[in-house]
Amino acid sequence: MSEKLETPSTDEASNEMERTGLRRLLVRGGALRSALLPILAVFTALIIGAVIMAVSSPDVIAAWRQVSQNPRGALSITWGTIRDAYMALFEGSFGNPARIIRAIDTMRETGESRELLEALRPFSESLVIATPYIFAGLAVALGFRGGLFNIGAEGQLFVGGLASVYIGYSISGLPRYVHLPLALLAGMLAGAIWGAIPGLLKARTGAHEVINTIMMNYIAFRLTDHLLQGPMARPDRLPITPEIKPSAYLPSLLPRPVRLHVGFFLALATAAVVYWFLWKTTRGFEIRMVGANPRAARYAGVHIIATTVLTMALSGALAGLAGANQVLGLDHRLVRAFSTGYGFDSIALALLGNSHPLGVVLSSLLFGFLRGGAARMQSVANVPVEIIRIIQGIVIVFVAAPAIIRAIYRLRVVREEETLLVRGWGS
Amino acid sequence: MQLVAISKEGRDRRDIVLGVSYLALAAFIVFILPRATTGLKSTFALTSYRGGVTIKAPDLVIPTAASLFALGALVAFAGGWQLAKGFKRVNLVLVLVVGVGIAAFLVWATRGKSLNFTGMLVSSLVRATPIALAALSGIYSERSGVVNIGIEGMMLVGAFTSVVFASVSDSLLVGVLGGILGGVILAVLHGVLSIRYKVDQVVSGTGIIILALGLTSYLQRAVLNLYPELNQPGPAIRALPIPVLWKTPVIGPLLFNQSPVIYTLFVLLAVTHVLLYNTRWGLRVRAVGEHPRAADTLGINVFKTRYVSVLISGAIAGLSGAYMSIGAAGRFNEGMTAGKGFLGLAAMIFGNWNPAGAFLGALIFGFFDSWQEKLAILQVGIPIDLLGMAPYLATMIVLAGVVGRARAPAADGQPYEKQ
Repeated sequence: MSEKLETPSTDEASNEMERTGLRRLLVRGGALRSALLPILAVFTALIIGAVIMAVSSPDVIAAWRQVSQNPRGALSITWGTIRDAYMALFEGSFGNPARIIRAIDTMRETGESRELLEALRPFSESLVIATPYIFAGLAVALGFRGGLFNIGAEGQLFVGGLASVYIGYSISGLPRYVHLPLALLAGMLAGAIWGAIPGLLKARTGAHEVINTIMMNYIAFRLTDHLLQGPMARPDRLPITPEIKPSAYLPSLLPRPVRLHVGFFLALATAAVVYWFLWKTTRGFEIRMVGANPRAARYAGVHIIATTVLTMALSGALAGLAGANQVLGLDHRLVRAFSTGYGFDSIALALLGNSHPLGVVLSSLLFGFLRGGAARMQSVANVPVEIIRIIQGIVIVFVAAPAIIRAIYRLRVVREEETLLVRGWGS
Repeated sequence: MQLVAISKEGRDRRDIVLGVSYLALAAFIVFILPRATTGLKSTFALTSYRGGVTIKAPDLVIPTAASLFALGALVAFAGGWQLAKGFKRVNLVLVLVVGVGIAAFLVWATRGKSLNFTGMLVSSLVRATPIALAALSGIYSERSGVVNIGIEGMMLVGAFTSVVFASVSDSLLVGVLGGILGGVILAVLHGVLSIRYKVDQVVSGTGIIILALGLTSYLQRAVLNLYPELNQPGPAIRALPIPVLWKTPVIGPLLFNQSPVIYTLFVLLAVTHVLLYNTRWGLRVRAVGEHPRAADTLGINVFKTRYVSVLISGAIAGLSGAYMSIGAAGRFNEGMTAGKGFLGLAAMIFGNWNPAGAFLGALIFGFFDSWQEKLAILQVGIPIDLLGMAPYLATMIVLAGVVGRARAPAADGQPYEKQ
């Protein structure tokens, strides 16, 4: 062995953890600084997104074909296209401010709340979209903290949804305070099992979790297809599960059309619990220690196998909650494509949020607003929703490579704090 | 660094687990499968009807029950030997036993019926091709010490650009070149991020996948759907029969009447092997992947070697994508690579970062991919979606069983910092 032995230092590890904890974020006045890079990354990604939108818009291309005759026209059409798209994005994600104010006035005068609810709908939809992101983002972030790359959140989300929906429709006659927790627990448990299998394989045989979680994803998709074809299909044989009993609903907070439900606050609470667990408990400390320096952790007596399995199981449980949240709070049944890539997007979220629960919540809100607005951008400004995915991809690249952002905006290097998350295949 | 050290006792326990599993499999083959198969025969048809041309070959007809007993006895012997004495080449035996188990399953599924075996082999190879190319792509990158998880994304972009290039130029060859170009462009991004900016390579690869997924879906909606003529590369690349040889029974339709891309794959496999193990350049690549500092000291340009390897990796991934779109489907569909890039990485690990082994791994995936539809024709009574899990389960089992000996290049995934 050519490398020299590192001296185990738990002190160093705990110092390192202190720095990355909430304290550094708030107390040491680093809040702005640590948020600066992600904000600039998102900003730059939005600009690149604008360029892509302009270049692929037929109107803009047509205008630039005649640029020699009408240069101002070409510029204004380009600007107009981008502005319309991002205006639609904003209105789609937060709602139209003027309309909201008018609706509040109407409600003051007439007591009619319908219009206000209608005006608040885009905002609430964005929160609804952000909810599974928070759960799934926490799942990936927890894995990262433990030095594990869980690409399997999508599959864990599917099995979590399957288990929750099964408990939701097959049992009846239970009061809500028993039925709902039971359904949530089932979703967590299924996700935990789905995550623990790759964890166990990694710990026992060294098989890399990236490949195994991807395999588990495909198995989960096939399982869902199979169950929806027969065993869990509705009596009329459509590939949809029966509707869950109302006692398993995550209750709504406001009347329709606002779809916001308790799940959003459950997600915020879960983020707080994950923070407490990772930074205030021994088990959480062990997980972070294995993630930061597995060799030191082993010297310090941490059971690597058990910790690896635990990390993956908890990560899977969080992703399972994302699935449970979708079926219990929104759809009330399970359809074939009930997740639209939440599991994969959550990787971006964890990276963007620096694998910190607070960061994950904030970046989930950002993604929720982006995706909430994207639908309107498509219908009003005719820009395909996939532009959001491009922006997400660019954000990951920039967040992963802060040097590029620093070079663009000529920022000084404050402190090198990039941590190596994944160490190839062998470790 | 192997954290979970496989100790002497661990190895012994593994021997016991494997031996008992083999015996259980043998019992299943001997006692459960032969039920109600007395007097039935399994027919494996070897005649090929591909492309309207019949190449005759005699059928292979075997008695179902007796064959199952024979196969079961083989597995039982392996299990007994494993428990009593242990094999030197545990992994090889594991692969062989799994193979015998699959053969037994096929014999059982074909009881009283006929299975077009040649057709199954041909379709396995066809489906294995993009996976094998992805695995080769991974080998180039990783042998130089750069983990490339983004192959899936490079394939997707390659599939997209090849369709556009082929549609515009009306030439499939230009299309293939366009696909290669698409893969290379993303590889440049991956190279700059992971070599110059020393970004965590797995993260960079993930970013590339998400970017590729978004970019191709967006451009399909925003451009291809408006100008459908850009998504019409014409009929898929045609098979190119090799004179005389293609009429050989079984082997002819399998090896000598295939798409030029498949011939390219064979050539690439051979070239890669020679390049890696018999040339100065290959030695340098491997040195850079194993110990970049030492290589640097000896005057090898680590960065340049890695860049070249990653670009080759991107080119092959692009070719793989082109094969999936203009080579098979004849158009671009959203997310059409469907995890083939990841399966390629699994095949690469299975093959211990060697071209031949990776190809074998890819063939296994291709086989499982094709058996789903063939077994659906036989109506074995197992839901098709559950059969569809087989390639993924096989990957996990094989990785778990084999990986103990699989060894990644030592510097795989580590950015190199010049001092």
